[in-house]
Amino acid sequence: MKDNKPQAARVGGTGKSGGLNSEIQSRIGHQLRAMYDDVVRQGVPDRFADLIRKLDNPDGNAATPAKTDGRD
Amino acid sequence: MPLTDSLRDDILATVPSLRAFAMSLSGNSDRADDLVQETLLRALANIDSFQPGSNLPAWLFTILRNLFRSDYRKRRREVEDADGSYAETLKSQPNQTAHLEFEEFRAALEKLPQDQREALILVGASGFSYEDAAAICGCAVGTIKSRVNRARSKLSTMLSVDTADDFGPDDTVRAVIGGGR
Repeated sequence: MKDNKPQAARVGGTGKSGGLNSEIQSRIGHQLRAMYDDVVRQGVPDRFADLIRKLDNPDGNAATPAKTDGRD
Repeated sequence: MPLTDSLRDDILATVPSLRAFAMSLSGNSDRADDLVQETLLRALANIDSFQPGSNLPAWLFTILRNLFRSDYRKRRREVEDADGSYAETLKSQPNQTAHLEFEEFRAALEKLPQDQREALILVGASGFSYEDAAAICGCAVGTIKSRVNRARSKLSTMLSVDTADDFGPDDTVRAVIGGGR
């Protein structure tokens, strides 16, 4: 198997051969991080904070930690 | 090591990125949170096997990835996120144009083979080194590099085909995509 694929960004009419490709690569990087960081910024839902607190403290209600229903 | 207060805090501090990773793997917010919960339970049950001073996020990501893998083998990906539940959880898309833009990207990401998608996310979004990503995925560093490259190349192909059609003189689109340039 050879590995010489056609250039990814040969499609468009931008006129610049590498321009569209690097534009798209930078767009991919931005979108990827935006998607990811959007979730990161939501922080720690109560469900998980409660879970760890209960497991950490056997005096707490640790019997059925898997059923903390912290969301509505 | 035992579950000290500081280790517990470190685990909690990793939860947001664990959720983001789980979301990008599963494409579904409910399954993502279930995965995170299972990961935490398993991590806490096996906390003795965590080596003090080693990379806690990488350890937790490894657990989550393995759980996802075994789960995945069981049920394949059901018609995940058919109604956009992932997108609904994302609050910061400023307008309709950006929303479509984002949907287009997400759809392209979904089309990648799982190996490539997770490699790209670990390196390109989670910020792990190639070495850490290789440890998390249980493969060679060179394998991770080539997966990331192939993922970028495929996404680029998919998105450039679309953009060739979609890019009009619309300044909003350009601003969203290129940060204003």
